[in-house]
Amino acid sequence: MNKARQNPLNTAAMHGALILYTLIALFPVFVIIINSFKTRRAIFREPLALPDSESFSLIGYQTVMKQGDFFLYFQNSMIVTVVSLTFILLFGAMAAFALSEYRFKGNLLMGLYLALGIMIPIRIGTVAILEMMVATGLVNTLWALILVYTAQGLPLAVFILSEFMRQVSDDLKDAGRVDGLSEYTIFFRLVLPLVRPAMATVAVFNMIPIWNDLWFPLILAPAEETKTLTLGSQVFIGQFVTDWNAVLSALSMAILPVLVLYVIFSRQLIRGITSGAVK
Amino acid sequence: MTALTLTNVNKSFGNVEVLKDINIEVEDGEFVVFVGPSGCGKSTLLRVIAGLEDVTSGEVRIGGELMNLTPPSKRGIAMVFQSYALYPHLNVRKNMSLALKQEGQTKQVIDERVAKASKMLNLEPYIDRYPSELSGGQRQRVAIGRAIVREPKLFLFDEPLSNLDAALRMNTRLEIANLHQQLDASMIYVTHDQTEAMTLADKIVVLRDGRVEQVGSPMELYNNPANQFVAGFLGAPSMNFFPASVVGDSADITMGVRPEDLFLADDGPLAAKVTHVEHLGGDTNVIAMMQGHQVTARLFGQHHVDTGQEIQIGYTPDRSYRFDTHGARLA
Ligand SMILES: Nc1ncnc2c1ncn2[C@@H]1O[C@H](COP(=O)(O)OP(=O)(O)OP(=O)(O)O)[C@@H](O)[C@H]1O
Ligand SMILES: [Mg+2]
Repeated sequence: MNKARQNPLNTAAMHGALILYTLIALFPVFVIIINSFKTRRAIFREPLALPDSESFSLIGYQTVMKQGDFFLYFQNSMIVTVVSLTFILLFGAMAAFALSEYRFKGNLLMGLYLALGIMIPIRIGTVAILEMMVATGLVNTLWALILVYTAQGLPLAVFILSEFMRQVSDDLKDAGRVDGLSEYTIFFRLVLPLVRPAMATVAVFNMIPIWNDLWFPLILAPAEETKTLTLGSQVFIGQFVTDWNAVLSALSMAILPVLVLYVIFSRQLIRGITSGAVK
Repeated sequence: MTALTLTNVNKSFGNVEVLKDINIEVEDGEFVVFVGPSGCGKSTLLRVIAGLEDVTSGEVRIGGELMNLTPPSKRGIAMVFQSYALYPHLNVRKNMSLALKQEGQTKQVIDERVAKASKMLNLEPYIDRYPSELSGGQRQRVAIGRAIVREPKLFLFDEPLSNLDAALRMNTRLEIANLHQQLDASMIYVTHDQTEAMTLADKIVVLRDGRVEQVGSPMELYNNPANQFVAGFLGAPSMNFFPASVVGDSADITMGVRPEDLFLADDGPLAAKVTHVEHLGGDTNVIAMMQGHQVTARLFGQHHVDTGQEIQIGYTPDRSYRFDTHGARLA
């Protein structure tokens, strides 16, 4: 493996492949961003051209800003994503710790039950969920979305995290117990830091579907004050006319926060991968 | 006073019985070693004493007090784990002081004890390092230091040296022996290394399949094993066993002779053919086949013996042991 690494030809081929993949992956994002800065006509005439002095226009962004509620949508999306992720990570990790650490009757069954959700898409239950939300008066609140996304993310989180927690040295936890640490301290101070890479993985896997989801916001929280960014952007897509400038501008701005969150988590992710490799 | 008393201790995981009716006493200041083959329940027994596992039945008393329901941190014990189990996010000083902080000791007491322990274990140069920046031996010393600062009545060691290389193992073994003298606390030490058991112990407890086979001082067990298992387990190379029919006795009886009690003698009663010779410098181990049974003779000094040579072996009858078909010792 070391030899392969040192061979310059191999290195070049490896980087070539990675660069090619990066280009392919980034291309749609690139197209969205350049077109968001162009006039409507330029978008259709030459979709791949960079904006120049003639085709440059901020009309899309102006439309989006004028729409007024855009920042509210933005804020809603942010709240829903961050709170859901926090709940998924916190409750997922707690359940995973219980399943991996304590012997109790029905441990295995409980694990299987919690993992069942991975295989069954939550959207199947949409009608029942809507009925429940109506009954509890949560329709058109952000809580409706947060609860649904938390439920949607938990199964995979529990599954991945309990696998990782099983690998945390038993001796370490026992040393903590002998030293008089409470189970909570052991969980928060010893175990969580050691499974941080797994937490980052779970966060990344959950973040994008939640941020981009259109289904549940449309059904559970379509009110003006609870619209998420994705739902809010839909106003520019009409049945007959679509305001492409506005759609592309809204999308460009929607990418940013996800990117920031991703950078935060991916640093943990990379550290986790390399620390595992060295061991 | 007794530091630890185990009375009829049983432990099962589900329907697997791991510890069966264990009765052990550890006196104050005594160094007790648990030995036994892998999987016999040594670690489980230690964890039961530490309170990391509950007993299924029986009593655990530490310093005379019933401890069955007491959590580990309140038992007045400290434990050193095979894998060191240092807190990866804390430096050496904090690793050692954590338990004291949990106990609510004052900063002055904590600093004092950490300083004393790190001096004792030569950890001063590393006091601000993180575990990942230490060698295996240093990590093990930190783990021992973490136990010392708590000034427990009873130390529990679970194979603390098995991850160290041979030279370091010997040094650390001596260090532990020194510690025992200085600290004057009781220690329980799990190992499956013969040398550690024989050199460190005041008392050895031999375990097999979750049962205590024999308890006694190292020399008692060596010279007077209660059964074939203990006889074969202690001593390296281990005791030779062959049917007594070889020396003209009943075939139901198994003879046991230690390798150092066999010697080359032209008029010796045992005829054998040499299959292998190990020259160790100080000793020579002669491995030979005797009527289909392999025997090892440990000869003091250097001897010239060839592979394939026919030899006559003698033994000292009053330094031989006899066991029945179940392995129990016969007089
Ligand atoms: N949590 C558990 N659940 C079920 N069985 C267990 C558990 N812990 C230990 N055992 C079983 O108990 C037996 C004794 O294990 P233990 O770890 O005490 O052995 P040991 O003497 O320390 O062995 P070694 O020398 O290899 O460390 C083993 O057969 C093991 O499979
Ligand atoms: Mg063990």
